Amino acid sequence: MKKVEAIIKPFKLDEVKTALSAVAVQGMTVTEVRGFGRQKGHKEVYRGAEYVVELVPKVKIEVVVPDQAVTRVVETIAKAAKTGKIGDGKIFVIPVEEAVRIRTGERGEGAL
Amino acid sequence: MKRTFIIFVVAGLIGLSFLVYSASIVLAQDQAKMGAPAKIDTGDTAWILMSAALVMFMTPGLALFYGGMVRGKNVLGTIMQSFVIIALISVQWMLFGYSLSFGPTVGGIIGDLSWFGLKDVGLTPNPDYAGTVPHQAFMIYQAMFAIITPALLMGAVAERMKFKAFFIFTLLWSTLVYDPIAHWVWGTGGWIRKMGGLDFAGGIVVHISSGVSALAAAILMGKRKGFGTEPMAPHSLPMTIAGAGILWFGWFGFNAGSAIAAGMLSTSAFVVTHIAGAAGALSWALVEWVYKGKPTTLGIVSGAVAGLATITPAAGFVPPWAALFIGLTAGVFCYVGVVSKNKFGYDDSLDVVGIHGVGGTWGAMAIGLFATKGINEAGNNGLFFGNPDLIGVQALAVIVTWAYAFGVTFILLKVLDWTMGLRVSGEEEDSGLDLSQHNETGYNF
Repeated sequence: MKKVEAIIKPFKLDEVKTALSAVAVQGMTVTEVRGFGRQKGHKEVYRGAEYVVELVPKVKIEVVVPDQAVTRVVETIAKAAKTGKIGDGKIFVIPVEEAVRIRTGERGEGAL
Repeated sequence: MKRTFIIFVVAGLIGLSFLVYSASIVLAQDQAKMGAPAKIDTGDTAWILMSAALVMFMTPGLALFYGGMVRGKNVLGTIMQSFVIIALISVQWMLFGYSLSFGPTVGGIIGDLSWFGLKDVGLTPNPDYAGTVPHQAFMIYQAMFAIITPALLMGAVAERMKFKAFFIFTLLWSTLVYDPIAHWVWGTGGWIRKMGGLDFAGGIVVHISSGVSALAAAILMGKRKGFGTEPMAPHSLPMTIAGAGILWFGWFGFNAGSAIAAGMLSTSAFVVTHIAGAAGALSWALVEWVYKGKPTTLGIVSGAVAGLATITPAAGFVPPWAALFIGLTAGVFCYVGVVSKNKFGYDDSLDVVGIHGVGGTWGAMAIGLFATKGINEAGNNGLFFGNPDLIGVQALAVIVTWAYAFGVTFILLKVLDWTMGLRVSGEEEDSGLDLSQHNETGYNF
């Protein structure tokens, strides 16, 4: 099992979610996050005073999938979240040791 | 210590109310003797009472205007200041503030205490101030001005003042700064009024006094923790914009109500008020667009308030074309006033100096240029209507008010700083006024 963690632009969430449903991903966890990469935030101006807002809002999607699905899921996210402009985000893949479905007690890939 | 203080204040208030009660019995007897009241105009009275309500609504509007501009952790602390002032200054005004401001003069400097507790302030008109409305209608209308002025001032020291120090300061400031200046300008026998200085609805009394005191307060209080290094963006501009809308709405009562009658003069004041507000909004946004690349919502509402504040002293004296000029220039001058605080290095957090100090001063001086007896027979002609002398009179009134408000505010805050301390601790400032001063939080998600 692997966890695919994608940090994307907030307005791309629906597209990515729909695309993932189409490749049979059955669940996901979404968090509103803030951060910066090479995009380095933006400038805001209030009554002439300029503030650099370094931490820009992003959405983090987490999905845990069987090993053989990882490549397809990563490609799907990358394709759906891409605008081609700076700040599109990043995808990380992390090994997962165990999964448990709390209701039934199932373990491993069967719990996904 | 704290509890003793609060009990002392409450006991004092109860004691005072008994005093006032006994005075009012005497007053009722006096009125019974006087017989038929002077002629009251129902239209005038209706308009003044309505205007009083409009001006009252400005202070909650200001609470939202300011509340949206601070960081989320200080939203209640900021709103609280405006609401406490409504309560506190209403009581101060009823007990002795009105008497000090409008009571029989002591050398043109201040009213005496013969109207303490509204003694002799009854329902018959006082022809010195308003011959066609009950004296109490005039009194309660003026109360709303006394309320909003210290509330405006507090924007300069937002996000860092101890509640207790704020409470005492407001009471003392209203008594020692607002009441005398109101007397000078509007009181019968007040020296500025006698000299021929003009201030229709409070450019000097409200906007200069609060704006200049704000400068003294911002300098003395020092900067907010992290000012200039941490972003201090407004936490809710929609709240600020709603507040600005309420202020604009209430301003019609503020300026058109100052005619103290319903008719030609109030209509003229109403029209020029609206024109100047609109022109100020436009010019501020345009300046911003040119210098900062984008027009902003905060800019357009700030410009409206700047235009409205600037026309305030001139509202009952100038024609519409002058109001357009005053509004357009107000947007530019006040924008420059606001951005220049960064050069001088004081933290006037919500720009009271830049908007009310600059706007009030420019408006009071503009009377010297644009006033005409064609609008208001009781006023005077300015430079463009053949009388260059009015500028000098206005300048003297402005300079003395500046010096007095700045000096007394500075001394007052210095004394309070020595005795009880003005600022919350660093830790309290970090956690915010809402929690540290009031045990509440504005937003619970």
